[in-house]
Amino acid sequence: MKVLVCIKQVPDMESRFKPNGGGVWYDEADLAYRINEYDEYAVEQAVQLKEQLGDAPDVTVLSIGPDRVGEALKKSLAMGCDRAVHIQDPAAALKDPWQIASIIANFAADKGFDLIFTGLQSQDRGSAQVGVTVAEILGLPCATTLVGFAYDNGTVTARRELEGGIKGVVKMKTPAVVTCQLGLNTPRYPTLPNIMKSKKKEFLVFPVADLLKEQELTATDALYHPAKKGGGIVLEGDVNDMADKLIGILKEKTAVVR
Amino acid sequence: MKTLLVCEYREGKLLDSSYELLAFAEKLSADKALVLIGSEAEAPRVAAKVYLADVGKYGEYNPDLHKKIVLEAVQRENPDYIVFVHSSYGWDLAPRVAAALKVGQVSEIVGINDGKFEVTLCNAKLRRTVVPRTPRAVLTIQAGAFSYAGTPGTPQLEGLDPADAASALEFVGYEPAEKKEIDLTRAEIIVSAGRGVGKKDNIPVIAALAKALGGELGASRPVVDAGWVEHSHQVGTTGQTVSPKLYVACGISGAIQHLAGMKKSDFIVAINKDKDAPIGEVADVLVVADVLQFVPVLTEKVSRQ
Ligand SMILES: Cc1cc2nc3c(=O)[nH]c(=O)nc-3n(C[C@H](O)[C@H](O)[C@H](O)COP(=O)(O)OP(=O)(O)OC[C@H]3O[C@@H](n4cnc5c(N)ncnc54)[C@H](O)[C@@H]3O)c2cc1C
Repeated sequence: MKVLVCIKQVPDMESRFKPNGGGVWYDEADLAYRINEYDEYAVEQAVQLKEQLGDAPDVTVLSIGPDRVGEALKKSLAMGCDRAVHIQDPAAALKDPWQIASIIANFAADKGFDLIFTGLQSQDRGSAQVGVTVAEILGLPCATTLVGFAYDNGTVTARRELEGGIKGVVKMKTPAVVTCQLGLNTPRYPTLPNIMKSKKKEFLVFPVADLLKEQELTATDALYHPAKKGGGIVLEGDVNDMADKLIGILKEKTAVVR
Repeated sequence: MKTLLVCEYREGKLLDSSYELLAFAEKLSADKALVLIGSEAEAPRVAAKVYLADVGKYGEYNPDLHKKIVLEAVQRENPDYIVFVHSSYGWDLAPRVAAALKVGQVSEIVGINDGKFEVTLCNAKLRRTVVPRTPRAVLTIQAGAFSYAGTPGTPQLEGLDPADAASALEFVGYEPAEKKEIDLTRAEIIVSAGRGVGKKDNIPVIAALAKALGGELGASRPVVDAGWVEHSHQVGTTGQTVSPKLYVACGISGAIQHLAGMKKSDFIVAINKDKDAPIGEVADVLVVADVLQFVPVLTEKVSRQ
């Protein structure tokens, strides 16, 4: 059995963001990058499947991006993936979801993956398109927004999360694609022995030009800070003073603190 | 300009969010036709053409089949834009339609800016405008971003039945939401813990403030996913929607799915070390501080009142 996990590296969302000189993306200098949260669940689920099936599945983890994405791939290897594929692309951030999906689909086309795991969406762009589009290009069934995954003898049972906490259960036969929602599992922390072991794992690098055959179908026109709606009071400084001020405000503005 | 609006239907009912699609079409000043995989009784009350496919045959959830139906409606209607709500139904189906037509998709639109589509990124800390490069495009709109105030009308129904109902996906059924142990919707005061609280051991710090204020403990999703707090305390699109007199968000960034569950609260206090956190957009008071330093001091003072 062959499994592919697609991951993206994203900046820490607690960072300060500012538009870069090009005006259609943010300045990447000084940002700390990590694996997209949704994709950590994808990696974990693939590794759990491998454990469930007695190590049989061969798990490839793939990421498109500049040199720095190597770190995300290394972490995934340390979590238990078997092989990393880095599709080297310094300009990945400027590609649209269609192009990103087409690159992945081109890579996957002749590899015979039985299951492809992706995150539901990325934390930075949040388009929620890539996983489904990969499935469409490859002509595979796909279930999105998984908070439950079970595999048995060629059949995937997926619990999809719907609004209000209701779930929808779907079944499909492999080969198939699933996109993972927050809370699907508990992603593991790589252990030191596993980090050491992962250094010997296969790490392949391809230039994106080998796999990109498609033009973009959407483009960013401008990127900017939202207009501040403001209105709210901002308290900064000494903890004691702020607590006193806050209590004063609550007394004045709400009926609940007297 | 013409839009084809894809309605949502679940557990025998048209979802109200379908009307947000109409609001979006009006904002675009576009003509509209709708498509619903549902039942005649639940057709949207609007004076427009509604393509109706039988939910009995095509199922409430089956993106393979729903894609075929939408594509059939696209053929008949020839729209410029095919629009979905960005929901578990819409984000699942829209890319399939876009890929089949090989047209661009713009996801989770929050506004229209000079004819371009405005979307947020990086937890709403930034925005961008996106333009399709294809003459036709698929769009999804953020839930709650466009509200409809149109007058009810009578739909002109037209049946769609593309016949072939074979699919690689089998919909087994729904599982109800977990039973709620506490009903946050009745609480007058809610103090919620977010990931910024750091670890499970710190939850009592937040719970103590809730107690001192005479309120209930709420939580953001990561706190629930990590098992620090039970799901019945979760506030947001996949938890409870609350509107207490006072909502205190401790170490919560203010993601749209959390805001959707609490922004109607009468008074909102946010405690966050990040002054730019998007929760600041809805907060009446933003306390820029480390929750673990600030909250115990506040609790102390409140208890002494
Ligand atoms: C389909 C879908 C449904 C979802 N449903 C929900 C839902 O129902 N409810 C929900 O909450 N989320 C939901 N989410 C998740 C949502 O997108 C966010 O991931 C989540 O709300 C983030 O929770 P958070 O603010 O606690 O964590 P983060 O976004 O990680 O924010 C933590 C915040 O804490 C601050 N912080 C860190 N340390 C400290 C400190 N020591 N002192 C003070 N502040 C600190 C940081 O500055 C940051 O702002 C959903 C997502 C999807 C895709």
